Amino acid sequence: MHGLINKAVQSFVVLTYGEDRWQNVVSQVGLERPDYEAMLTYDDEQSGDMLNAVCRELDRPYGEVMEDIGTFLVSHPNLESLRRLLRFGGVTYVDFLHSLNDLPDRVLLAVSDLRLPALDLREHTSGLYTLTCSPGLPGFGSVMVGVLRAMADDYGALVMLDHRGQRDGCEVVSIALVESSYAQGRQFDLGARTG
Amino acid sequence: MISKPGLAAILNQLSPMYLLLDASGHIERVGSTLQKLRPDQPLQGQRFLELFQLTRPRSVSTMSDLTARAGAVLHLNFRDAPATGFKGALVPLPGAQGAIVNLSFGISVLDAVQDYALTSADFPVTDLTIEMLYLVEAKSAAMEASRKLNMRLQGAMIAAEEQAFTDTLTGLKNRRAMEFVLDRLIAGTGQFALMHLDLDFFKQVNDTYGHAAGDHILQHAARIMLDETRSTDTIARVGGDEFVLLLDDLTDHSRLDQIAWNLIEGMEKPVNYRGQTCRVSASIGTTVSRSHDRVAAPNMLHQADLALYAAKKAGRAAHVIYSPALEPAGPHEPGLSA
Repeated sequence: MHGLINKAVQSFVVLTYGEDRWQNVVSQVGLERPDYEAMLTYDDEQSGDMLNAVCRELDRPYGEVMEDIGTFLVSHPNLESLRRLLRFGGVTYVDFLHSLNDLPDRVLLAVSDLRLPALDLREHTSGLYTLTCSPGLPGFGSVMVGVLRAMADDYGALVMLDHRGQRDGCEVVSIALVESSYAQGRQFDLGARTG
Repeated sequence: MISKPGLAAILNQLSPMYLLLDASGHIERVGSTLQKLRPDQPLQGQRFLELFQLTRPRSVSTMSDLTARAGAVLHLNFRDAPATGFKGALVPLPGAQGAIVNLSFGISVLDAVQDYALTSADFPVTDLTIEMLYLVEAKSAAMEASRKLNMRLQGAMIAAEEQAFTDTLTGLKNRRAMEFVLDRLIAGTGQFALMHLDLDFFKQVNDTYGHAAGDHILQHAARIMLDETRSTDTIARVGGDEFVLLLDDLTDHSRLDQIAWNLIEGMEKPVNYRGQTCRVSASIGTTVSRSHDRVAAPNMLHQADLALYAAKKAGRAAHVIYSPALEPAGPHEPGLSA
């Protein structure tokens, strides 16, 4: 698994629950080093063990933890640059939703060895969408639920999100856009530069 | 034939940084994004060449000069501040009715979006500016992550190298580092001396007062050697109680003898360790390189060894400088005993 993903999970645990909890995960899994490097690649099986250990340590179900990680990625001030990159997807939340199909390719442009599962957004009726996440990263659909919820806050949109489980190995998320400008979203300034 | 206002409306949608010039070179119409760059100053009615300065080609001062450049790349910037730079192209209108100039920010787009607080609505949908800004940010974030990794790796590498060349107990160099420096000295043109120092009675201290006392003696000996030599000299711990000193650019026998005796005197001063008085001494064998000899590292270590052996045989606490007379009688193969 790409170090960026492992590092994101580590940051989530450390910044939300504290360094001690992360150290517990490290010793449970028997990781050689306590810190992941964002620009290296790690063994898939061990990364899976690490994620399971995080759930055990936090005593919470896998899907819930994944969803929180998704929210964390967008909303934590330390990861402002990631929020900005996602905001480049579109001027409105609907634009952003439609840009999700391009997300794995956009990610590849930035980090050429970070392959995310394909995403497919379908609009059924006005304001009703499903997002299908291809297999490859268990829990990616739940992560996307967290990302979509936090990005809705960011755009000031009101949405209802529901993880519909798996269909043909793909995770399916339903998205109901209730109001696209429900609240004042956060500012997105094209020229702002983050550290 | 389309009217000029009709043409302007179409141009603004496709390319909101266009300018429509009349036959005299005055701005008749201007795209909404371009006008946004000078919100307090209507661009319409101004003379194009008074508003913008052409940097390439430079020799353009009239409208006819300008129209002669149709199709070429124009480099220009605002004459007033902020003097944003542009790339542009000019297309003459049929019937000498003027010209269309289309501008883009080119590479100055990063500054422009900051200076003028532009949004994606200011760029036509076919324009790749937003994608480029995305890439710049994504690249910067990825580079930053790589840079941090590189710095951590470099720190680890320096620490590992230091460790690989350092004797951790005394902080002196180790045998590997000594061999490395010795090879360098031999390869160089300089003359130097090699001292082989062996502590006397160290084993007794170790056996009587324990390893901690022995370690203390070794650290104490290291300090004396550091004090008695120059910072450019190399001091290495090459065995339990054996040290090699490489003294660059120093071959004078009486000077070397003086240094050796200073070392021996220093080592012989009693050392207090947790209420116990420990006494050691040192024997030293020295050899001196002569640049006209084709010396080899094993050879020099062998010579210093012979001198040290002679010093020990002389009753310890002695200093002997190598001379060929020390070689054992009969044929010998230099280097084998090193």
